[in-house]
Amino acid sequence: MSDEQSQGDTDGDVVTVAHGSGSGRTRDFLDERVVPRFDGDGDLPVGLSALDDGAVHNIGDQSVVVTTDSHVVSPLSFPGGDIGRLAVAGTVNDLAVMGATEPLSLTCSLVVEAGTPVDLLDAILDSMERTCEAAGCAITTGDTKVMGSGEVDGVVINTTGVGLVPTGEHVPDAGLSPGDKLVLSGPVGDHGITLLAEREGFDIEGDLESDVAPVNDIVAAALDAGQVTAMKDPTRGGFATAVNEMVRKAEVGATLDEPAIPVRDPVASTGELLGIDPLDVANEGKVLFGVASEDADSVLDAIREVPGGEEAALVGEVTDENRGRVVLDTGFGQRYLSEPEGEQLPRIC
Amino acid sequence: MTTDAGDLKFRDPETAQEIAADIEAQMERIGESIEIMHVCGSHEQVIAKFGLRSMLPDDLSVTMGPGCPVCVTNMPEVDEAVALAEAGKTVVTYGDMFKVPGSARSLADAKADGASVEVIYSASEAVELAEDNPEEDVVFFATGFETTAAPTAAVLQADPPENFYVLSAHKYVPPAMEVVAEMPDTDVDAFLAAGHAATITGYGLFEDFVEEYDLPVVVGGFEPLDVLYGVRRILAFIEAGEGGLDNAYPRCVSREGNTAAMGAIEDVFTRTSGEWRGIADIPDANFELNETYADHSARKQFDIEGVEGDADPLTEECICGDIMAGTASPEGCALFGEECTPQNPVGACMVSDEGTCKIWHEYGGKPDL
Repeated sequence: MSDEQSQGDTDGDVVTVAHGSGSGRTRDFLDERVVPRFDGDGDLPVGLSALDDGAVHNIGDQSVVVTTDSHVVSPLSFPGGDIGRLAVAGTVNDLAVMGATEPLSLTCSLVVEAGTPVDLLDAILDSMERTCEAAGCAITTGDTKVMGSGEVDGVVINTTGVGLVPTGEHVPDAGLSPGDKLVLSGPVGDHGITLLAEREGFDIEGDLESDVAPVNDIVAAALDAGQVTAMKDPTRGGFATAVNEMVRKAEVGATLDEPAIPVRDPVASTGELLGIDPLDVANEGKVLFGVASEDADSVLDAIREVPGGEEAALVGEVTDENRGRVVLDTGFGQRYLSEPEGEQLPRIC
Repeated sequence: MTTDAGDLKFRDPETAQEIAADIEAQMERIGESIEIMHVCGSHEQVIAKFGLRSMLPDDLSVTMGPGCPVCVTNMPEVDEAVALAEAGKTVVTYGDMFKVPGSARSLADAKADGASVEVIYSASEAVELAEDNPEEDVVFFATGFETTAAPTAAVLQADPPENFYVLSAHKYVPPAMEVVAEMPDTDVDAFLAAGHAATITGYGLFEDFVEEYDLPVVVGGFEPLDVLYGVRRILAFIEAGEGGLDNAYPRCVSREGNTAAMGAIEDVFTRTSGEWRGIADIPDANFELNETYADHSARKQFDIEGVEGDADPLTEECICGDIMAGTASPEGCALFGEECTPQNPVGACMVSDEGTCKIWHEYGGKPDL
């Protein structure tokens, strides 16, 4: 690729919203500009270049998992949640899908625009408090900055999480093997479609709700019930991006049974109306598991016992064929499931 | 064959498998390769999204022809819109058109350089913009087939404000079907015609075509079963060794169509010859405003300058024209998915949601399973 073309990838030297989409463009940005700058791998079992949900350090017989996430969402409050719930659940979930289901410590860094009503900030902090309770964690340190009016839009929250797993028991997103089953913890598309419908001003009250929630209990139940080979929470870029990333990293293929992928009716119909596939948009309370074939039923049963996991489903299988690609059986015929490109819905998580 | 077009349930995989089995049996009896051309981006969408090609026998191909109105809009037409925007007019157009490259620049580029360009969702929204901004010349760069030509005609008939102008790039599909049917490189055995255009024109429109070319033409809808049913109906004609016309979308399409909409189109437009981007010069396939509406014609009222600047050298490698003529597939293009992506499109087929390349890119094309 010539210099001129690679400049084209960043749209003439400026960052575009597509660079934050969580899909190919984000990956290119990280691979070209971030990862090479830092010696981020060291002797870590999971380091920077893995681009996993968090880093893993081995210390004695424990592994320390560290993850961080900045949350930007518009509107700040939406059906089913708000930026506070999102900020806690997002980081708890990134720890959980690395195998650290009992968060040790959570930080909270607030960036607030001058002029933000104190009542609004209170509501966001109340929501963080409730979500911490639900996830069984506490915020132990933090930082607060206020920027001038117009210098930041509303509230931005960064949370960093630290958790522990016994050494060698962390679960990477790259661990799939042919024959593994793919288990999804519940219906997909709720968060992304809800946010978009909200912005478009659709009258959807009661029909659509974000799924934002901590999933550490669901993950803990799954880990207890059988051999989980890989995990990912399908946030930005949705289920389609998560499953493609998992097969690409593991250099395997996958075949999915589309009718088995749970999508709630209002999400499916609103998605169709908007021309957005629910598989392509963010979830904030779901996990995609790779599970050893013989344990698939027991893991599925265990997840279904946990509140929020009732609609878990077996959605596909990891294959030796079509390495790096995901084949979607639509119930009619078959096609590849590609990753969404660019940014359909900026600032949703 | 027990399912009639009127009985189709929208998304029933079992019925789909039954129809696919019928199709396979038909193809065995026919015993030779068949190529069906459809002329609509929405058909390509449903075929790709539901993976319908993988249900069809290898010797049956269903190919997209010149069915993306944005894609066939000729480069000089885009240049006219860009020139008007750069000359200080407010140019409004449909979203699909915004990023389509002209010979040097797109309307999106013009806007980035400070020109006034707005995306609108309907012809009436364009008129409202002119009403709200009486001091500006508002030029509606009007693109699309009969389905969008009718509303353009309707707003012109409704006495729009003096500062509202139309730069028409509207196109009429049937003459393009004739040109494609006669192309030496194409080997089209039948057409699956676009259901929504036929809601305006009526399916009776194709009677002359069928008469002249003795090919099967079936008007199809946009659910997966509509497409499969249409294909099966076409193969029945082929098996019987005859051309013929049928309406496989009776829940929306009648023989006469929407006579009011067709009346408006005939009142406002005359059909002229013109180039369809990358395909051919097609007789009587461009809708131009007639004399009665000359006061609102951007071409009649403004001296439109040429656009200066160099084209992206990659456009020389773009095979959009061959793809739209049905003689090549996106996977035959060296740029597809490499230099040409929805983020950085080279050709119009990668810009529009109706474009073959964009659709194949989104749904992974034909799985090589």
